Amino acid sequence: MTVQIAGVASTPYGEHPDSSTRELFTDAGLEALDDAGLEVGDVEELYAGNFIGDQTDDQAHVGAMLADYLGARQAASMRTESACASASSAARSGAQTIAAGDADVALVGGVEMMSTGGLAAVTDALANAADNEYENEAGLTFPGIYALMAQAYMDEFDAGPGDLAAVAVKNYENGASNPLSQRQEETDVESVLDSPPVATPLHLQDCCPISDGASAAVLVSESYADEHGLETTVSWAGSGQASDSLALQDRPDLARTRAAERAAEDAYDRAEISPEDVDVVELHDCFTIAEILAIESLGFFERGEGARGAVDGETAADGRIPVNTSGGLLAKGHPVGATGVGQLVEITKQLEGRHPNQVDDATIGLTHTVGGSGASCVVNVLRAGGA
Amino acid sequence: MQQWFVDFAERIDDGDPTYLACEECGQAALPPRTVCPECSSRTLEERSLSETATVTASTKIFSSIPEYADETPYIVVIATFDEGVRLTGQLRGAEGIEPGETVTVGVEEREDGWLVTFSPTD
Repeated sequence: MTVQIAGVASTPYGEHPDSSTRELFTDAGLEALDDAGLEVGDVEELYAGNFIGDQTDDQAHVGAMLADYLGARQAASMRTESACASASSAARSGAQTIAAGDADVALVGGVEMMSTGGLAAVTDALANAADNEYENEAGLTFPGIYALMAQAYMDEFDAGPGDLAAVAVKNYENGASNPLSQRQEETDVESVLDSPPVATPLHLQDCCPISDGASAAVLVSESYADEHGLETTVSWAGSGQASDSLALQDRPDLARTRAAERAAEDAYDRAEISPEDVDVVELHDCFTIAEILAIESLGFFERGEGARGAVDGETAADGRIPVNTSGGLLAKGHPVGATGVGQLVEITKQLEGRHPNQVDDATIGLTHTVGGSGASCVVNVLRAGGA
Repeated sequence: MQQWFVDFAERIDDGDPTYLACEECGQAALPPRTVCPECSSRTLEERSLSETATVTASTKIFSSIPEYADETPYIVVIATFDEGVRLTGQLRGAEGIEPGETVTVGVEEREDGWLVTFSPTD
């Protein structure tokens, strides 16, 4: 059963102090249903990513809450949690359910409210994605974990802080022309390197911001699209998901993300493509080093060569392999539980030819979302062409 | 803090740190595993761990989680033991450290648990 993308939507990412988890998700969900030409009563399954609502909102049972406030009480609902890959897992689950023939309409998405609880509370909650005993108790933060990966990378390969900064420069530039992006200003290498240190060698502009936001996508079976006259133009091509050690210290190579390699191999097999076939990518640049590691794990660059991607313009919107034309997590923002579907929203727009940073002739797009420092990873592949 | 980690830290404090070794494939691992992460065998044996290790990577942290927010900046190190396991801890007794330098493992008891530390080996 082929799965179609019938509609997509994201709220703007940024600070939404007057909104809430349930209101933001309802905004994105209704807009995605409008985009699909469907009603809330049509939704059979609802999977929504949410990572830290237990701490920030003092609220669990988020799946049911979101279905309730969306007006979709008839739907089977469930919150998915895989740290920053929560929404990607939601989308993968929805696609699998439809592909199995168990449902015809699934609303997948995610939501996170991060700005309202204060920086200390959100930093504490985010740290729960790391190994509590072996990492948090040692005072290791998330920027700290990625900083260790960056140190290991620079120790092994010919790369420096300027190569990391080039990733931020590219993604800020893309974000500045995306109306949904949290950061609307460009930067340059000098400004990145002059921004305050967070965890050496990472500076503030090497790190994604704290974001509120929600994203949603409506997935339907091909037969349902045919029967209901839905003019879908993007299909689900394949998906892969894999795991690795929870703690960075347990990985044989600190500068290598094995879960991403495994997930990518699985996704490429299922989509029957190779890395060379991919036209546009939204990937998990929570920190600048993460983009460099990701483009190597996804097979776009040899190990040690990823640092050249942004510097040489190969990952620019008009480059060999355009990466994060939305601005990525660095500029567009990273409402953790929403991010994976936010990436799918951006890729769908690229494949439909309606993206603010449109890539010419994009027919195959890929999303890559990492949980924590790489203990989980989801790779989803979309293809232009619908029912 | 989990009891297994308290036990692990107290063995370091006693000067008798231990790790787990797989009798099938030789993989080294840290507690509290039952299954070898490399070959999936269930034959992990507790063995003595060296008290010195080699620095693999380090970072100076300027912005931290609430528990450590008042102690910034501080340096976190991942160090590799000869037996093959790696451990994460805070640097003590030096302003900085480079990959390849030798450090000695220790622990500090804090209000709510144990902190692993590394100090330059004389």
